[in-house]
Amino acid sequence: MREASVTPSRVLVYATVWLIAAVYLIPFVVVLLNSLRSAEEIAQTSMIGWPKQWAWSNYANAWGQFCIAQTCSGIKPYMLNSALVTIPATIISTLLGAVAGFAISLWRFRGDRWIFGIIAIGIFLPQQMRLLPWTVVLRDMGLTNTLTGLVMIHCIQGMSFTTLFCRNYYTAIPQELIKAARIDGAGFFRTFWRIILPLSPPILIVTAIWQFTHIWNEFLYGVTFTTGQQQPVTAALIALTAAVADIPQYGVQNAAVIIAALPTLLVYLFGGRYFVRGLTAGSVK
Amino acid sequence: MSRAAPAGTETTTVARRLSDALRRLPEHVVIWVPLLVTAAHIVTFSVWTIWVSFTPSTLMPVSGWVGLRNYNAILSTRNWQTAFDNIFLFGGTFVVLSAAIGLFLAILLDQRIRGENVLRSIFLYPLALSFVVTGTVWSWLLNPGLGVQKFVNVLGWTTFRFDWLLDKDKAIWTIVIAAIWQSAGFAMALFLAGLRSVDGDLLKAAQIDGAGPVRIYRRIIIPSLWPILITVVVIQLQFAITTFDLVRALTGGGPGIATMLPALVVYDFMFQRGHIGRGAAAAVLMLLILLSVLLPYWAWRYVQSRRVANA
Amino acid sequence: MATLTVTSLHKRFGSVDVLKGIDIEAKSGEFVALVGPSGCGKSTLLAMIAGLESVTSGEIRIDDRLVNGIPPKDRDIAMVFQSYALYPTMTARQNITFGMESRRVPKAAQDEAVARVAALLQIEPLLGRKPAQLSGGQRQRVAMGRALVRDPKLFLFDEPLSNLDAKLRVDMRTEIKKLHQRVGKTTVYVTHDQVEAMTLASRIAVMHHGSLQQFDVPSRVYARPSNMFVAGFMGSPSMNFVPATLATRDDVLGVEFPGANGGVVTLPLTRRPSAAPADGKVVLGIRPEHLYRYDADMKARRPALVQVTASVDLVEPTGAETIAMLKLGSRDIVGRFEPDAAPEPGETFALGIDMGHACLFDPGTERLIPEATT
Repeated sequence: MREASVTPSRVLVYATVWLIAAVYLIPFVVVLLNSLRSAEEIAQTSMIGWPKQWAWSNYANAWGQFCIAQTCSGIKPYMLNSALVTIPATIISTLLGAVAGFAISLWRFRGDRWIFGIIAIGIFLPQQMRLLPWTVVLRDMGLTNTLTGLVMIHCIQGMSFTTLFCRNYYTAIPQELIKAARIDGAGFFRTFWRIILPLSPPILIVTAIWQFTHIWNEFLYGVTFTTGQQQPVTAALIALTAAVADIPQYGVQNAAVIIAALPTLLVYLFGGRYFVRGLTAGSVK
Repeated sequence: MSRAAPAGTETTTVARRLSDALRRLPEHVVIWVPLLVTAAHIVTFSVWTIWVSFTPSTLMPVSGWVGLRNYNAILSTRNWQTAFDNIFLFGGTFVVLSAAIGLFLAILLDQRIRGENVLRSIFLYPLALSFVVTGTVWSWLLNPGLGVQKFVNVLGWTTFRFDWLLDKDKAIWTIVIAAIWQSAGFAMALFLAGLRSVDGDLLKAAQIDGAGPVRIYRRIIIPSLWPILITVVVIQLQFAITTFDLVRALTGGGPGIATMLPALVVYDFMFQRGHIGRGAAAAVLMLLILLSVLLPYWAWRYVQSRRVANA
Repeated sequence: MATLTVTSLHKRFGSVDVLKGIDIEAKSGEFVALVGPSGCGKSTLLAMIAGLESVTSGEIRIDDRLVNGIPPKDRDIAMVFQSYALYPTMTARQNITFGMESRRVPKAAQDEAVARVAALLQIEPLLGRKPAQLSGGQRQRVAMGRALVRDPKLFLFDEPLSNLDAKLRVDMRTEIKKLHQRVGKTTVYVTHDQVEAMTLASRIAVMHHGSLQQFDVPSRVYARPSNMFVAGFMGSPSMNFVPATLATRDDVLGVEFPGANGGVVTLPLTRRPSAAPADGKVVLGIRPEHLYRYDADMKARRPALVQVTASVDLVEPTGAETIAMLKLGSRDIVGRFEPDAAPEPGETFALGIDMGHACLFDPGTERLIPEATT
């Protein structure tokens, strides 16, 4: 299995793997092509087909004009909502996770194992157990149906993952480095800023990619705690495709799906191995 | 750090310790506040939800004790019973198939083929998508009037049928298909990492012992993947038990209630029927199902680590 | 220059007593080595002196100032670690100046200090490089530079040579010794290698299971070990221990043990023990280098030499000497011989034991039986 010569078994391997790859690519290709077809075409010849005429206007339509639940401003406001929630929450939860991960793994304090254990359990706690309490908390804080409320939820809940990732990464740093820094007179913040943070870019990237992907793609909280114009794009997609019209605007809907999926897909493409590292890190619980 | 100064030493000890503590205050705040908030929310939210499940709350949380009334109510609904059966159907097939396909893909990719990076990117990109996107796209593809069936019909084969989406008994399999499409890549990534981390010396020893490639795979490499397999199964099961987004986007729980799953039952009672006591009970039931998978897993992990420590 | 005094120091982790009452001191400019097997507590003791671990009970004084609760940065100490502990993302220069920056030393003073230390350790060309671009020996020198630049009262070394390969270790050992002679700072040096301790220290503290076994100059620790543990730990190959009985033959006090073929081997003692165990049972300790091939010439040079017959099981020629596994009576012992005079495997020959260097130990307490002074 280590030779690279062209044998029947190797041809079979290539054929099988590319066949499966095709199955994986087909949905994406289909949606991409559909986004450039007109609604009539799709209704006549099914979702799978080549554009007869290139309906570029679908994208402009999806972006700024399409009607979702009585508002006809396209998907743009919802994309904005998602961005306004995802970007701050990613940054804040990643930084908090780095500080907490450092404190737990290297700086150490009494009870650090306990606190970390509880936070790690947060990874497994289903969202459904948290829906009701968040409703109450948001209402008491006056943050119902606000983007700020969503940011707060994702920051607090994201700590479980981000702390886990960073803590596991920092355990590879030798304790002696911290001892040397203490003897050199560095306290908590100086040690973190001058020594730990410069060593952190790989894990910060992995964590940020993970958080961005998760928060952008998140649906349940978005649809529960916001309504109407405040909703993130995932909730808007559901409303969009559930819209009942005389002629369902399939072309525009496909374009909307592409637009909504684009940010995380781009992060994936540019993130490459950091994305994969997040997968494997997330499974070491 | 505990300080234990012997008695009768410097009189400035107390003053120094106070100024020490004050100087370290920002550090303690930055460490403790986020951690405490997160830890507290995990504990208090779970406890509160459990409490609500024992109250007669409907639209607003109220106090009172109704014992297991909410639980019995939930357990007796057809929604829940269908959802419970569906966990086994969906969870079982999904976990087994996605692990098998993931392993299969990992072995294929382990064969040092060209374009491995491109192929890996292809198998993993669904993981970057929201389940809402996946569900929506597959709902179009599996729609008989719009997707695969229509496509084949238009090509000429007019008797072809692929209308599982509308079939009460077969709809659950559509969810399985979409879920496998999205998640098999995850299993593949973990298995591939495991395959690649097998000790090279073991393989050399096996080759000297005269073992061929298939035997090496079967007897040495794959058995070493057990821990990864268990991790994959647990994570996929966790997903199967708590999945909401995918089902909502793909079938909405239908046709009728054929593809009901616990997370939808929770949402249904909590926010659509306005009966949060019952909704909380459903959430707790879902948590119990999840724990029935997680607790053995954690116990197994604990036993493993003790075994390594005592080796 | 500073003195270090450690009095009745105890350390407890949970329910485990890691240090059980340590009393040691270092005079100004002295080089004290803490030596012992892994787990003996030497690194914990060093960490407590540095202020990285808290004190359960007891006192640590630097220059008579009680430092028990004082954080490391205020104790005026510097430490060199086994893994160098250089900050990986900073250059060698930044590593050295990091502590000075924390103490807000003016830039000009920093540059001057770095130049002084770099010249001393010959690391000027390395200052702009990051640790990953340096070899093991270079990294250790930068780590020492970081310690030196503090001009501290006390130098602490935590097994600094353990990560280096054998040849480099010997070279760096000499450098450390030369450095100490030039700079003359009070130093506490932890190592598990007794050769390092012997060559570097002015006094050695041997530790075992959290207690101090012996604290003395190297020559006395080696020649007059206070118990069987110290005797066996210091010196390689280690001292031979032969259980024997005190007996007087022809008015001469000696030790006896069973010989080959049911006979008895008698070795006369050159000095009387001050106290003998009631049953007369002792353990005779004799180092491998005090075994010789017996002939009249050797006897003339070493009057305390006693002749016995021994057979050879195995020889290990190391080049500079030959180590031989011998059988004396029913006992296995080890000897070190000049290569030219070394015995051959299977040979039975006249072995000379220099009883002038012999030690007697009490089998029950394992302590050294001191000699009578008259």
